Amino acid sequence: MKAAVIVFPGSNCDRDVQVALAQATARHASGGAPIMVWHKDADFEKVELIVLPGGFSYGDYLRCGAMAAQSPVMKEVVRRANRGVPVMGICNGFQILTEAGLLPGALIRNANLKFICRDVNLRVETSQSLFTGRYEEGQTIRVPVAHHDGNYIAGDEEMERMEDRGQIAFRYCAPDGTLTSDANPNGSARNIAGIFNETKTVLGLMPHPERLADPALGGSDGRPLFDGLVEALS
Amino acid sequence: MSEVTPEVIAEHGLSGEEYERILGILGRAPNLLELGIFSVMWSEHCSYKSSKVWLKTLPTTAPWVIHGPGENAGVVDIGEGLAAIFKMESHNHPSFIEPYQGAATGVGGILRDVFTMGARPVANLNALRFGDPSHPKTRHLLAGVVEGIGGYGNCVGVPTVGGEVNFDAGYNGNILVNAMTVGIARQDRIFTSQASGIGNPVVYVGSKTGRDGIHGATMASAEFGEGAEEKRPTVQVGDPFTEKLLIEACLELMATDAIVAIQDMGAAGLTSSSFEMASKGGLGVELDLDCVPCREDGMTPYEMMLSESQERMVIVLKPGREDLAQGIFEKWDLDFAIIGHLTGSGRMILKMHGETVGDLPIDPLAQAAPEYRRPYEDMPEAPFLAPSAVPAPADTSAALLQLLACPDLCSRRWVWDQYDHMVMADTVGRPGGDAAVVRIHGTKRALAITTDCTPRYCQAAPRTGGAQAVAEAWRNLTAVGARPLAVTDNLNFGNPERPEVMGQFVGCIQGIGEACRALDFPVVSGNVSLYNETNGKAIPPTPAIGAVGLIETLDRTATIALKAPGEDIVLIGATEGHLGASLYLREVAGRREGAPPPVDLAAERRNGDFVRGLIQGGQITACHDLSDGGLAVALAEMALAGKLGATLTPPEDPGLPPLHAWLFGEDQARYLIAAASADLVLEAARAAGVPAAKVGTTGGDALTLPGGAPIYLNDLRSAHENWLPVYMGESLGN
Repeated sequence: MKAAVIVFPGSNCDRDVQVALAQATARHASGGAPIMVWHKDADFEKVELIVLPGGFSYGDYLRCGAMAAQSPVMKEVVRRANRGVPVMGICNGFQILTEAGLLPGALIRNANLKFICRDVNLRVETSQSLFTGRYEEGQTIRVPVAHHDGNYIAGDEEMERMEDRGQIAFRYCAPDGTLTSDANPNGSARNIAGIFNETKTVLGLMPHPERLADPALGGSDGRPLFDGLVEALS
Repeated sequence: MSEVTPEVIAEHGLSGEEYERILGILGRAPNLLELGIFSVMWSEHCSYKSSKVWLKTLPTTAPWVIHGPGENAGVVDIGEGLAAIFKMESHNHPSFIEPYQGAATGVGGILRDVFTMGARPVANLNALRFGDPSHPKTRHLLAGVVEGIGGYGNCVGVPTVGGEVNFDAGYNGNILVNAMTVGIARQDRIFTSQASGIGNPVVYVGSKTGRDGIHGATMASAEFGEGAEEKRPTVQVGDPFTEKLLIEACLELMATDAIVAIQDMGAAGLTSSSFEMASKGGLGVELDLDCVPCREDGMTPYEMMLSESQERMVIVLKPGREDLAQGIFEKWDLDFAIIGHLTGSGRMILKMHGETVGDLPIDPLAQAAPEYRRPYEDMPEAPFLAPSAVPAPADTSAALLQLLACPDLCSRRWVWDQYDHMVMADTVGRPGGDAAVVRIHGTKRALAITTDCTPRYCQAAPRTGGAQAVAEAWRNLTAVGARPLAVTDNLNFGNPERPEVMGQFVGCIQGIGEACRALDFPVVSGNVSLYNETNGKAIPPTPAIGAVGLIETLDRTATIALKAPGEDIVLIGATEGHLGASLYLREVAGRREGAPPPVDLAAERRNGDFVRGLIQGGQITACHDLSDGGLAVALAEMALAGKLGATLTPPEDPGLPPLHAWLFGEDQARYLIAAASADLVLEAARAAGVPAAKVGTTGGDALTLPGGAPIYLNDLRSAHENWLPVYMGESLGN
């Protein structure tokens, strides 16, 4: 599998996700390290996966992800996504995906109005996707969040459609898997932490699976996501 | 340009004697621009005029030190061709006036000091001191400073992994914000500010110059009086997004062979950066101010030279490399301008609109700055306070709960939750341990990093307090299994023109020097912040110590968390039960008096080397240094981190101090460790001549102290976790 990590000015988790992907491809002995694509480079080589990393693209100065969504490279990402190339946006990447219209809804300021960096528990809502095939449905995993604007909202009808189509990927939960408001770090509607597009080829999530994909860092619950992607796309 | 009158000279913070010196150097009266340049270059902040003679007494060398003080940051060898580059710096005055921007730009400035030398920043820490929690400004200042540190560090993508927060009424009018950055560089790619090559182009990169922060260095060199907030216009505004681009662009340029010398524009902006570069190279410099990228029209030479606009660097390039460099900075959408060249004249010539607007000799200004041996009074050390003179609590468990919930000991989770402490995916030891542990990217080795200082000790006995700050930093690094390498010091004191303040400064420096020598722990960088006082009241002496150690293999580290039930708990080090200047005395007995615990550097070293050996040998399962609150507090923290109870039992020893002094005394050179069996540890300790005793066992869901009822971990956790969020007005449970 060949993946591309898009680097916007202000991206700061680009290397982290590159490492997680490279380690996953090395474990499967398939494909090489991901290529890093600069935001001004709309003409990058054919890849099987595109990742929009976390960070503060363009300083998040207008609205998180709003300016990145207008960059030359995003026109190409949208074109490829519409042709079925899998795309994953983590944190700021999720915000960019909603701003670019590849995912429904929006991410607004955390309910407590503060930046939040801590481990959270996520309930995996489906194993029926490219991204979550290595998890069990209903499984609880622990990965960190680190964001100021991760409070997911969408219109009621949109939300019902997403539920019906199984577009919810991850929800914030208590360690035993129950969905409580205490377990919801940012006020997201229905404890939503990550969603798919209709075809489940695009995933956006606020938590950072790449930050707990290595036992040396205190956990590896994020690792199956990368392993599963490499396996599915190789 | 306006006249240089005695009032203008005084406004620039220059004494009559200093002005006479300027006249002597120039052989004429300075114009306003030149006066402004002298003013910032000779400010306490830039020239260290009151502290220099004492700083020279600190040990600064060791076989592993590559660059000691004098560069932008200290550089130490960490093996495999790599170097750790680090420094701590204050941003106290701006943070009191405008907490968000003051703290944010403090982070930005220290980051630049580190990446200027070729290092990729890998960790930020901060040492913060606020006023009494009941003071009306404390909440506002704490909220703003924490948000500012997070706002900047989170955006640049460098993890904020540790630090300290204290509260004391002594900081009511003058908080302390000390920021530390650690970076990693290849040893063969370390850059300095020493210019060379007459004719080489001088290049300006980064943000444009605005009118912000003019005379920040001068402000930082004076006391506050009434109306300090009116100085808000001298506080700079940070742009972490531009800083992130600047880091990437500089590191990209540093990978080429284009750079001769590079220097960030910090305090005193373009003035001090260009002066320093030329001065270190024994050269002159000519700048064409028409070429300086400006944010607004009509800026005067005075404003351009003294602006402290952020995110700017000066680079001397090799001839012919201008296009290469310009291409890199344009790729990152940053300003790039050739603003001058090096000359052999030894002078700084400033031109604008074809006219010379300033002409100053460099050496007398940069290197012949005033140096004062200020009079000082030896500060008397507070008398020893016998443990028996301090009342025992009715209930030790209640006393422990009170201590764990007090502002100086409660959990700092509310703070570190707002800092991205995991970006870069190398944070192995997160906030809340003895030292942060950050993996060296792509290896199985790591750096351990900490900041420490106990101002109430420094106040009671400056020399002991200075030594204790170093010893505690050394101990915190040791407690995670690291070999301590070197120190950066951030010396925060009041007005040095007052002999008692100077006495505190001298005492602390002497203590730091003794401890650094005894522990082979040299000072490689630092910063002095004086005039920290408001309306004539000085802050408690606060020599914050930042320190870095090396962990050779991540398989051999320790954390504070208890790991398994049924293990033995062993206390390493001697306990005499020192309660003088302790938190127990202050919080539970309501008294502030007595000498701090003595610092026995030989014992410190012996006990620490022993504990490090146990960790590296894989013989223990948890380790925690003992400090504020003593043994009982340390064990409570270990239990909370491990979500596992423990029972504490004093050893049968006729020499044991009174129970409350044993539990809460703050004797130094001590560690608490957990091991499957105490026997091997005790035997090894006997062989090494290290005091050690089994003091308890792990297990259950409560902490049991002698003289008190068991405390369930949930109650312990509530006491420890709730104070700060409740104080900051948050609802609990999230």
